[in-house]
Amino acid sequence: MRRPREREILLAHGSGGRAMHQLVEGLIVPQLDNPLLARLGDQAIFELGGARVAFTTDSYVVSPLFFPGGDIGALAVHGTINDLAMGGARPVALSLALILEEGFPMADLERVLASVRAAADVTGVHIVTGDTKVVGRHGADKLFINTSGVGLVADGAHIDERRVQPGDAILLSGTIGDHGMAIMSQREGFTFQAPIASDTASLWPLVEVMLAAAPGAVHAMRDPTRGGLATTLNEIAARAGLGMRLQERAVPVREAVRGACEILGIDPLYVANEGKLVAFVEAGAAQAVLAAVRGHPLGREAAIVGQAVEDPRHYVIAETDFGGTRIVDMLAGDPLPRIC
Amino acid sequence: MKYMDEFRDGRLARKLLREIAGLATGRVRIMEICGGHTHVIFKYGLDKVMPPAIELIHGPGCPVCVTPLERVDQAIELARLDNVMLATFADMIRVPGSRSSLQQEAARGADIRMVYSSLDALQLARAHPEREVVFFAIGFETTAPTNAMAVLLAQQQGLRNFSVFSNHVTVPPAVRAILDAPDVQLDAFIAPGHVSLVTGSDVYGFMAREYGKQVAVSGFEPLDILQSVAMILRQRRAGRAAVENQYTRAVSAAGNRKAQAVIERVMLPCDFRWRGLGIIPGSGLRLRPEFADFDAERRFALGEPPELADPKACECGQILRGAKSPWDCRVFGKGCTPENPIGSCMVSSEGACAAYYNYGRHQQRATS
Repeated sequence: MRRPREREILLAHGSGGRAMHQLVEGLIVPQLDNPLLARLGDQAIFELGGARVAFTTDSYVVSPLFFPGGDIGALAVHGTINDLAMGGARPVALSLALILEEGFPMADLERVLASVRAAADVTGVHIVTGDTKVVGRHGADKLFINTSGVGLVADGAHIDERRVQPGDAILLSGTIGDHGMAIMSQREGFTFQAPIASDTASLWPLVEVMLAAAPGAVHAMRDPTRGGLATTLNEIAARAGLGMRLQERAVPVREAVRGACEILGIDPLYVANEGKLVAFVEAGAAQAVLAAVRGHPLGREAAIVGQAVEDPRHYVIAETDFGGTRIVDMLAGDPLPRIC
Repeated sequence: MKYMDEFRDGRLARKLLREIAGLATGRVRIMEICGGHTHVIFKYGLDKVMPPAIELIHGPGCPVCVTPLERVDQAIELARLDNVMLATFADMIRVPGSRSSLQQEAARGADIRMVYSSLDALQLARAHPEREVVFFAIGFETTAPTNAMAVLLAQQQGLRNFSVFSNHVTVPPAVRAILDAPDVQLDAFIAPGHVSLVTGSDVYGFMAREYGKQVAVSGFEPLDILQSVAMILRQRRAGRAAVENQYTRAVSAAGNRKAQAVIERVMLPCDFRWRGLGIIPGSGLRLRPEFADFDAERRFALGEPPELADPKACECGQILRGAKSPWDCRVFGKGCTPENPIGSCMVSSEGACAAYYNYGRHQQRATS
């Protein structure tokens, strides 16, 4: 991919959409060139002392720090756990690095740390190392967090986007758009009759259930965070060298989220999630895996929303309720910065 | 979703489509004036389920798209001033000027804020009394009342650091310009919904009376648009031309008189140069002289901008008049994409090029 043509970093370069891809694939990866990085997975997977290890890192700059359904602490733990889980890896240990702005209330820090602890305990991982930095006022906005994590890839799991085959079912573990719209409505001061809460959650328990239901049948998994389901499907389509067919009707969206999206003119397909996964499952095993997912509290609203298909252009195409079709492209600009 | 799913019912749509197919005997070229309609047509793939005899031509009703380059440049000029905080809508931040964009200026240190409404900009002015807050206002009759109201509120509250850079335009003069253009052949119009909420449906009367065109004021749900097409075809079958209101749940014949009065009180019609359509007499809205303190053009002595030509390869002008389709543009989808737009029609989701690119490029026909 070509180097970005802009001379300065724009907000769009962090959106999770096409501009960010250009930055990562056109500037960052070529400089640091190595085969593990070039895979561009949510995590790197490699052999270490005879074990298959997954390793990942992620930074959190969400604003506001506290929002319905969670806070930056829970997000920082869940996000990194999920990046490991999407490689079929059981999370083992995390690091936690804090960048604090001068003047940040101590009580807020305590609240965030309690939330970090609670989120880690649920999945049974420990925060085993960390770092603390303080910068002057306006040197950072309140609190930024970085977490890294290591995990052990489960036996029999072989999750790789290049394994996706035409005919694979696209399984979505639940409703989309909850996290992004929770942040947006908090930030813009919208109040709805039914408040929208972030879906931030650790996905490892769900992944464990899926892998147990049909080992080997789960070809690829991703958590559709920034850029939403639309962007994630486009990324997988490009890397798998396939197209996707999406049945728009089948994609579950909560009523309040749909309402908020309508008001703001945003398509829920592009809104971030922090506790959902999309999996590509061998057609023959799709119903069994779906049943297993629905049996778990995190996956009750799971659905098969489409299929991978042959398409040399790697398009993601939605079938509308009207018998028409449209392209579902990657996110181009970003109206919603700092959502995670 | 209540009150929304009813307007997206696939079964009802198929019924309407059967009726449309029965009524569509000869070729009919219908312009949907409003970019919001263009967006819905593509989002739901309505262009592909309509009988081939019905040709939907996309009109100039995208405020981002019709704002000429020099006006974007002037906004950039304002944003570069040391003490200015420029507030505007998200799409205007991405739209390219002749050499830069507000997005790039923000990265270089200009203070540019994205807002959802001029009232948010007013809030910024109150919160930052040491800054000159300029609201870069665009839009049709839909957004003009709120922006005029912001000026009235600023006056009432004695705010001395708030001004509006008005780029408002109005629909009827633009439609007349299109109808008078020799190279655009249109049979009927789907008239805008939100604009008509303010203006009322009566403002389109001249299109039926003077030009003999069928007009249906339409809502923004897919069924609204299909019903409007059916209404137009029924008129044609009966051999008449009138303005009919499909969007009765929102639009009245006379419109919102309070909103009209606010515009009238604060703004005056003026000549405005539209991207693609050129200067249209009386098609713009500027602040009345008594509100000069709140008029960014006067406050910062902007002066009449030099007319700038669009980039050579860009066909936005022709596309905005319905004379060409995005497929006819050589840079469409190649040099010009939503992330690196050359023309304004690619920036706003209401722009015809963005709608074609985002939703329809899998069906691109060969360019002629």
